[in-house]
Amino acid sequence: MTTYVLRRIGVGVGLVLLVLTLIFLALHLVPGDPAMLLLSQGDGGSATPDAVARVREQLGLDQPLLTQYWQFLSGALTGDLGESFRNGQAVSEAIGERLPRTLELVGLATLIAVVVGVPWGALAARKGGWFDSVTSVLTSIGVALPVFVFGSLLVLLFSLELGLLPAGGFTEWGDDPGRHAQLLIMPAIALAVGFASTIARMTRSAVLEMLHQDWVRTARSLGLSRRTVFRKYVLRNSLNPVVTTVGIGVGTLLGSTVLVEKVFSYPGLSSLLVDAVTARDYPVVQGVVITIAVLFVSINIIVDVLYGVLDPRVRR
Amino acid sequence: MTQPVLEKAPPPPATALLEIDDVSVEFGGGKKWKPVTHGISFSVAPGETVALVGESGSGKSVTAMAILDLLPANARRTGSIRLDGEELVGASEKRLRQVRGCDVAVIFQEPMTALNPVYTIGHHLSEAIRSHRDVSKAEAAEKAVDLLRQVHMPSPEEKVKHYPHQLSGGQRQRAMIAMAMASEPRLLIADEPTTALDVTVQAEILDLVRELQQRTGMGVLIITHDMGVVADVSDRVVVMRDGRVVETAPSRELFARPQHDYTTALLEAVPRLGSGTTSSAVADRSAPPVLDLEGVAIEYPGSWRKSGFRAGHDLDISVAPGEIVGLVGESGSGKSTIGRLAMGLLPVAAGRMEVGGRDVSAGSRADLVHIRSQVSMVFQDPASSLDPRRTIGQSITDPLRWTRKLTSTKACRARAQELLDDVRLPKEWVDRYPHELSGGQRQRVGIARAMATNPRLLVADEPTSALDVSVQAAVLDLFSELQREHGFSCLFITHDLSVVEQLATSVVVLQHGRVVEQGPTARVLNDPQEDYTRRLIAAAPVPDPDLQAQRRAQRLAG
Repeated sequence: MTTYVLRRIGVGVGLVLLVLTLIFLALHLVPGDPAMLLLSQGDGGSATPDAVARVREQLGLDQPLLTQYWQFLSGALTGDLGESFRNGQAVSEAIGERLPRTLELVGLATLIAVVVGVPWGALAARKGGWFDSVTSVLTSIGVALPVFVFGSLLVLLFSLELGLLPAGGFTEWGDDPGRHAQLLIMPAIALAVGFASTIARMTRSAVLEMLHQDWVRTARSLGLSRRTVFRKYVLRNSLNPVVTTVGIGVGTLLGSTVLVEKVFSYPGLSSLLVDAVTARDYPVVQGVVITIAVLFVSINIIVDVLYGVLDPRVRR
Repeated sequence: MTQPVLEKAPPPPATALLEIDDVSVEFGGGKKWKPVTHGISFSVAPGETVALVGESGSGKSVTAMAILDLLPANARRTGSIRLDGEELVGASEKRLRQVRGCDVAVIFQEPMTALNPVYTIGHHLSEAIRSHRDVSKAEAAEKAVDLLRQVHMPSPEEKVKHYPHQLSGGQRQRAMIAMAMASEPRLLIADEPTTALDVTVQAEILDLVRELQQRTGMGVLIITHDMGVVADVSDRVVVMRDGRVVETAPSRELFARPQHDYTTALLEAVPRLGSGTTSSAVADRSAPPVLDLEGVAIEYPGSWRKSGFRAGHDLDISVAPGEIVGLVGESGSGKSTIGRLAMGLLPVAAGRMEVGGRDVSAGSRADLVHIRSQVSMVFQDPASSLDPRRTIGQSITDPLRWTRKLTSTKACRARAQELLDDVRLPKEWVDRYPHELSGGQRQRVGIARAMATNPRLLVADEPTSALDVSVQAAVLDLFSELQREHGFSCLFITHDLSVVEQLATSVVVLQHGRVVEQGPTARVLNDPQEDYTRRLIAAAPVPDPDLQAQRRAQRLAG
């Protein structure tokens, strides 16, 4: 098991280095000089060669590519991701401010999705009949419904009609924990709906498959109760594909909360990225992309390790 | 063709443990129920072993599963099933649960899929122990080791920590039996308990069941299709066909004087060692061999940072024109590996391989083209080796299209019809799909496809082991006939020594990727020189209770 975990981590580190290299190359291979772009921001007018040269020196763009690559790598690995073009704020600082908010949002959404999705899917598979049919319809809607539509509906109902929750915004936990939680709940639910639907569908099909395995019959032949058989010989085995789905889902959510952040005016990582792209703030774009990539890889390592815990056949 | 059903079974012993009376199992739901078995009746006395035999689809497993109501959700049982006089049909789920695993235990066919892969053997055993008794986890763990010791599991203290996939097939079946014995059941139902195992392992498992039976006095109901196993263990036999009991008789009587035509036919179809039928193939030793291996080693290529696995060592095997060479050995002996090598599917890691007089050891593209023009293959499972979306006519002539020997659709169709005729299937079936055929018919199609390119060497990898005995006999007869007519050579891979005796001119006995013994069939089987060959021959059960009792005594003494 230890070798298995170590190997997964090794692969993860390799992947992160690969992602960093790809990002570096992508930024240097796209046509156009960042210095020129920076100087001609907005007006499209041309800058003087002098000014361009100065900016190039400032940014280190006059150095050989390998040196730049090394500086970029060592910077990224020590957490120095440069400074924002727009306001000179350290990129790591900007990310440090936004990341916990996004993690909190995605974490809560995942928790809701798992707590609702797994039992629901299991129940649908076990009961069958009308409950299964209703589940099938509801989860189809859940998967298909765009998050901004559902989010807007939530705002319409709970904020505008019933006035139970604030429509959007953000308050730090330290300032007002109650309001912080109130502001978190709707965006989390909006994110969780599609995710829960996917999990429920996956759980349902995994459970249906496991119900017909030979070991279920063996367990019944031992005289175990239906409940024990379902819990230990069906549901337990169904978790492996579900864990994979959850892992991929969380990774995807991290980079795609922007719609929900916009609907609820929630200042998370995704909105930082989108704003930076619009403003051509390259260091910030680069920093956010690296952060998301590292998170994605880490989640996958966790999923792989969990997979090894759940299924002894995977550990090699 | 409904034959009069012999219903006059001998009266059950007065103290029957299990009485099955007019039991039918029906599949379906709602208002539509379709019976698959019809009025089955038999009984099992304490300490008695009853064998329920029949070919696939006879309803033997379904009947056995009906006893504890372990049927699928869309099945129901009718009639009367009494355990010590207590009616189990219509008993509450709660009562059935008390009976399951406590009074009546079950062991299943495939111990790999019958054990939950995510739990250790120890966990499985504790579950079995604690399901009927109120004992602490520590006590259960202790008892688990003890149970494994009783089923002669090597190093039981270690094995409780292992997961099912870490054990061999035989060890898994031992663990399964240990689970079944956890609460000393009065009746053990064994559903094809040794079908997936090698003969030597099968013998050990059957010996173990018998030993446990003698110690605890439990009744055993064994479900099997293997008449050798029946002769080995059973006191009484219930023969089933198409969901009905055709004959019930004490074991000795049944083998000596079968009453029903079907039983007679079934017994006749069983290939037996020393039956006198021998190969009709004639090897032409004057001509250069079709396949010649000299000191060949075979390796499965490894992946990154893992070395390859060597599955064949120093193999010297030669197949003369017209010769049928039987490759025998247990699982893992490398017999299929040699078949794959001969097809050019695995590279020669060391040594020299000649096919049709050409050295193909290098395995170049041209070598492979040469091999495939000379060699073709018949696969084990005819259900999965035919493309379900192609007609059998297309499947048969695919090798011709791939080697560009025939390209026009019309010519291919004509050739397919010719080949179907060769394998005694109606020409008109050329447009049928595999699912419309029975297992035996599909295997005929497999043979026709292998013969399409007029190969000089046919590699047949267990071509009949997925078939019922009566079907197997017909397919083997056809195979011999075709060999006589066309004169191809053959590497016949099998685990069944009696099939080898019937068909092969010479035998190669393999173990752990090495040749243990080889020579003319009659010599190797009648006068084996090596211990391993002798053990293989001794372990294969023969359908004769008296002979089998003798062999068992010898085996246990030695």
